[in-house]
Amino acid sequence: MSVKTNGNEQEFPEGYKDIRCIVCPTGCLVHVENLNGELIIEGHSCKRGEEYAKEEFIAPKRILTTTIRIENGFLPLIPVRSDKPIPKDKLEETLKEIAHKQIEAPIKMGDILIENVLGLDINIIASRDLIEKQ
Amino acid sequence: MKKYEVDVAVIGGGSAGLAAAIIVKKAELNVLIIERDKELGGITLQCIHNGFGLHEFKEELTGPEYVQRFINQAKELNIPYKLDTMVFEFTPEKKIYAVNKKEGLIEIKAKAIILAMGCREKTRGAINIPGFRPAGIYTAGQAQRFVNIEGYLPGRTYVILGSGDIGMIMARRLTWEGCQVKAVVEIQPYVSGLLRNEVQCLEDYGIPLITSYTVTKIHGKDRVKGVTISKVDRNFDRVIGSDKFIECDTLLLSVGLIPENELTREAGAEISQMGGPVIDNNLETTIEGVFACGNVLQVHDLVDLVTAEAKRAGLNAIEYLKERYNQKIERKEQIKCIAGENVNYVKPDIINKSDLSKDLIFTFRVKRPDRRILIQFKDDKNRIVFKRKRRYVIPSEMIELKLNSSEQQIDPECKSLEVEVVPRPEVLIEED
Repeated sequence: MSVKTNGNEQEFPEGYKDIRCIVCPTGCLVHVENLNGELIIEGHSCKRGEEYAKEEFIAPKRILTTTIRIENGFLPLIPVRSDKPIPKDKLEETLKEIAHKQIEAPIKMGDILIENVLGLDINIIASRDLIEKQ
Repeated sequence: MKKYEVDVAVIGGGSAGLAAAIIVKKAELNVLIIERDKELGGITLQCIHNGFGLHEFKEELTGPEYVQRFINQAKELNIPYKLDTMVFEFTPEKKIYAVNKKEGLIEIKAKAIILAMGCREKTRGAINIPGFRPAGIYTAGQAQRFVNIEGYLPGRTYVILGSGDIGMIMARRLTWEGCQVKAVVEIQPYVSGLLRNEVQCLEDYGIPLITSYTVTKIHGKDRVKGVTISKVDRNFDRVIGSDKFIECDTLLLSVGLIPENELTREAGAEISQMGGPVIDNNLETTIEGVFACGNVLQVHDLVDLVTAEAKRAGLNAIEYLKERYNQKIERKEQIKCIAGENVNYVKPDIINKSDLSKDLIFTFRVKRPDRRILIQFKDDKNRIVFKRKRRYVIPSEMIELKLNSSEQQIDPECKSLEVEVVPRPEVLIEED
């Protein structure tokens, strides 16, 4: 399949990218290219693949999952995640920000542990309950 | 010795055990979960990445979030559980012997038992890598526990052997923790985990995936100093002259999982050649009233499917207590299920002829990846009783198929049923 999208409403990044689609195990290699403000998407075989490749080209994002140290917890770490996908190029910075934190138990699943991390309008939330050290 | 009596005892308080116990408790039966760890939740707790729950909750959750929902439900229902309690024996009479620090030796007499002990990782011993025995060799799941639960890093520079999902997910996790993963080495010519993980855990971070290679030597005496990897041919024999040295201080093994069969085997249940206990279409082992679900039965790639299987085990245990317990009903004639062309194993191992009017759920894995195939069920007279098209099959994805009683035409007279994955006879041009 091959499609063209006009970039009237939004600005596309420059250049091109070959993206391996992860929507299903077929794993199409999708070529996405910005040709003078027009987005060319080639090589996918379904609509979902097109959407995925487009997003990966314009603004790839990932849910971040990591851990934070707990001083007085039943366990030394609490698993956490971002409540929204984080832009891929901000992952490392976010991880460093999280690594410096230390938080106290008790914690409930869903508690916001870091609010608006790096001003991204994304919160870091607890993935589980954690009681205090017994 | 302290003695307990319950309707259903569940051995293992992970994702499988919790889901099974919840179903049993909701039927107002007495249930008890026996867990050897210091908290409920099992292995899902250390899988802190996301990707769970799409089937069960229709939303994407991390492992801890997924299992926390079941823990909360179990607590709301006041399901009794014993932590730090290790079962070391159960008998065909369904007496369970266990120990814990508070009570010492205990006996739990149950009317039915649900086995939900999970699986464990294959170690270096299973794959025979020569070399000394230095520090710095871990299984991927063990490293996952250190990094995600206990807060230790097992090393700084890594080679990961095996491209299973845990291995690839650990490659990303360790990179995020500031470690360097030099390579993921895979003996097969293809990646053994999911494509999603290959792209998001390896390609995103430029970690090389080296296929058709394996580790042939571990260097270092006190601590791992590096590994030699070698190319393998189609028979997995080392290709002379293909050796490469990679410097690293830690080797992680992600080379497969095996169900925890010890208790089941000692109780006298038959164990199938590929992994867990032999079961019938009710998930019942060859010991009456003993059911199995989750990774102790077969290794799942998705916890959602563990939950679905555990719920079935729970329902079947309830049905057993209501209809068959103490009835001395002899098991009627059975149909044997056989893994055929490109099928690694198939569950159930046997189908009770008396259950042929029910919907039957089959789970199996293929041996090698293939596309545009046909899944066929063939009886001992070579009659095809059920078939379904599929666009692709890969070994890393367990296939679950439900045969509605109306769809299948299994002959009650047949003795065996063979499941095979074969190329489609016709060349199809249209997409399906």
